Amino acid sequence: MAHDPATRRLRPPTTEAPFARYALMAIAFLFLALFLLLPLAAVFIEAFRKGAGEFLAAFGDPDTIAAIRLTLLVAAIAVPLNLVFGVAAAWAIAKFEFKGKAFLTTLIDLPFSVSPVISGLVYVLLFGSGSLLGPWLRSYGIEILFAVPGIVLATVFVTFPFVARELIPLMQEQGNGDEEAALSLGASGWQTFRHVTLPNIKWGLLYGVLLCNARAMGEFGAVSVVSGHIRGLTNTMPLHVEILYNEYNFVAAFAVASLLAALALVTLLVKTLLEFHYGAEIAAGRKH
Amino acid sequence: MNGFSASSPRWRLKTPSVLPGFGLTLGFSLAYLTLIILIPLSGLVWRTASLSAPEFLAILADPRTLNALKISFGTALAAALINVVFGCVVTWVIVRYDFPGRRIVDALVDLPFALPTAVAGISLAALYAPNGWIGHILGLAGIKAAFNPTGIVIALVFIGLPFVVRTVQPVMEELDREVEEAAATLGANRLQTIGRILLPGLAPAILTGFALSFARGVGEYGSVIFIAGNIPYVSEIAPLLIVIRLEEFNYAAATAIATIMLCISFAMLLVINLIQTWSRRRYGHGA
Amino acid sequence: MDVRVSSLRKEFDRYPALNDVSLSIRSGELIALLGPSGSGKTTLLRLIAGLEQPTAGNIFFGADDASLKTVQERNIGFVFQHYALFRHMTVAENIAFGLTVRPRGLRPQKAEIRRRVADLLEMVHLSGLEKRYPNQLSGGQRQRVALARAMAIEPKVLLLDEPFGALDAKVRKELRRWLRDFHDRTGHTTVFVTHDQEEALELADRVVVMSQGQIEQVGSSDDVYDRPNSPFVFSFIGDSASLPVTVEGETIRFRGEAIGITPSTGDIDAGTLFFRPQDVVLPPPGEPALEGRLSACRRLAGTRIADLDIGPPGAPHHVEIEIPLATTVRTGASLRFRPTRWKIFPHAA
Repeated sequence: MAHDPATRRLRPPTTEAPFARYALMAIAFLFLALFLLLPLAAVFIEAFRKGAGEFLAAFGDPDTIAAIRLTLLVAAIAVPLNLVFGVAAAWAIAKFEFKGKAFLTTLIDLPFSVSPVISGLVYVLLFGSGSLLGPWLRSYGIEILFAVPGIVLATVFVTFPFVARELIPLMQEQGNGDEEAALSLGASGWQTFRHVTLPNIKWGLLYGVLLCNARAMGEFGAVSVVSGHIRGLTNTMPLHVEILYNEYNFVAAFAVASLLAALALVTLLVKTLLEFHYGAEIAAGRKH
Repeated sequence: MNGFSASSPRWRLKTPSVLPGFGLTLGFSLAYLTLIILIPLSGLVWRTASLSAPEFLAILADPRTLNALKISFGTALAAALINVVFGCVVTWVIVRYDFPGRRIVDALVDLPFALPTAVAGISLAALYAPNGWIGHILGLAGIKAAFNPTGIVIALVFIGLPFVVRTVQPVMEELDREVEEAAATLGANRLQTIGRILLPGLAPAILTGFALSFARGVGEYGSVIFIAGNIPYVSEIAPLLIVIRLEEFNYAAATAIATIMLCISFAMLLVINLIQTWSRRRYGHGA
Repeated sequence: MDVRVSSLRKEFDRYPALNDVSLSIRSGELIALLGPSGSGKTTLLRLIAGLEQPTAGNIFFGADDASLKTVQERNIGFVFQHYALFRHMTVAENIAFGLTVRPRGLRPQKAEIRRRVADLLEMVHLSGLEKRYPNQLSGGQRQRVALARAMAIEPKVLLLDEPFGALDAKVRKELRRWLRDFHDRTGHTTVFVTHDQEEALELADRVVVMSQGQIEQVGSSDDVYDRPNSPFVFSFIGDSASLPVTVEGETIRFRGEAIGITPSTGDIDAGTLFFRPQDVVLPPPGEPALEGRLSACRRLAGTRIADLDIGPPGAPHHVEIEIPLATTVRTGASLRFRPTRWKIFPHAA
């Protein structure tokens, strides 16, 4: 490279000098290491601090098993609900022109701009002891607050926009041409959706479901407010992490946390693979 | 030309379409939205409205409330500023430089979106506590990075980073190389090109990323409470105070604080929208 | 400022985009780099500007070796194909940019900058638009702002990359005339890139025809049109027809038959005969000539164009010639003609 000293500083005009480039990269990597990579690594290191035996022992605790079971149950209810809603809302918003569409789209985004604690609070106000609804339901033996239904509701609230938000821009970009063609060939509405629309949006749908699921299993603030923290009954995994941590049972806390972190890593991996292979098919909604 | 076609201004909910399912999907969406989002949120509004003005003001004037709000907004502001600076550097490195593992670094930026906040919270606390890896080193320099407002800022930096990167990234990717070359042919050095051409072009996106990061920081709970120390008047954030008031069954106070926070969040959303509208009008592109 | 390019070579990932190119441009000349896409014309322009670094070779501005200088130091004016205006700056701020980024000692006073901007705006006929933003301008206006911005730094050389490429046909014609006029008033050495031969022939003092990273011919419009020196230039510029011929002594033969023309030099025995459709005569019967079957006949403005098939019916050569308007021939009938001006290029080895 050093064949001619005269050409040393002639680099393309759209790049920085090498030392500036290395300095910027060093700053970026140090920042990412301190704030992202080390926290991620710490979860696993702390979980295995006292060896694999202690790590596995954490999962023998019946309360931990109950927390895992509850988290799976909540996600299994909340994600399909928001999936159905997301597809329905995207169909109505992307395929039709109607009055108030922009307003409806804004409303769907609303949960993203509400603090998770407030998302929980609204259900406490709605079903709590001071409300009209709570005591009335209780008189029929239906418990919402500090019980599984409340946790599901709060989770549905915070994960509400994910699928719809992914699908709306994608379906808007794809237009109505394919569906109109299918209908003109004699397909029914359902057949059109099943055989034409769904194949077009499947990767975007998967992407949205993935993010929705990650948030559903990991939600802490909203669920914390409505759960009541009853061990073995209304404790989800994130809440259980908190309890274990506050009891100074760090290995167990980080063991459960590592399970959630692994879920996050799988989510990121699949998300990256989806973006890599089906970038164009999900690009419309890639911006969070 | 007959008078019917052009001038029949009958009000229509939707433009006619051959596609089926509009009534069903819109109806279901609206019902679900109302049930899950609107009714609960209106409950909050109704509760607030039932507070008298003096009651409301008394709750807000409580020094503990004021301090919690101040801490939440102050730390969120600091974290958003840090994220703007370092987020832009990270985005620049990801977009402009080629290095092994670029895709992995790019994917890693989304970690705070995917990692549950409680997990982030305990992990950051373990790292930055005085006996943690990083906290220990900072302690040697006389810096206490956990169980005080600094700890809150650290957690909010973690939470807010992807908002800045993911907002700025698409705009940075579409920067026109010719524009940089034009600046160079006119005699501008690299620093002048970045400062006077690139950054002003990115400004709307940076502002939006800042606002998103800030708004998220104000409401954040899970990642903060483990590292904050939660000392009233010092490192107690507003969302935590809501939780505390709820546990005391002081619904009025919880509602009042929540309302203030919501109002400010919506004001932020409005600001973001204004930035984008302004930017689109002025430069012909959004943020 | 005269510009000299010597033995310039540029490779992108081992692929040569420019291969041993040498060119001398006289001070004040208006030069067109003409060629199809991929011919290396834009690469040559960017190398002169300093936006790319050559793999080998040198560029001289006067006696200075410009290849040792960065783009900032070369003091060139560059107009980009899509103008590359700074969209967050007003027209006036765009034009003033090159002056405001100068080091403090060399930077003109604010009032001086304002005056220069006003002068330049007047020169490009855009006075009154200084407060506008680029996205509030039409394509032609943007193009002139880009030119004024480039001129503000008083460049030694003006370089334009496809300056009219992004404009619609009508504006393009107007601006073409305006640019020639502008050049004649300012007297800058100007190089522009184009793939439009009409633009190059009409506008430039000299045309540099390029193909596959090499210069095919440099010359005036008349030179490259009337005296093309390679088969590529002959077929790239203007309409042309070509036929394989052999030369025996003083006669040129097509498929063994004499066609009534004689070669100017005697050192070729086989090659390709090139001629233009308008350079033909229809000889009286009996004289040797080329003969073809009329496959179609079209009226084009003031002339009539005949499409002929020449040679074996299985794989004929297609040739277009201009014939007198009064000629009446039926499709399928045979037509005899003889080129009046032509050139034979030997077959490539």
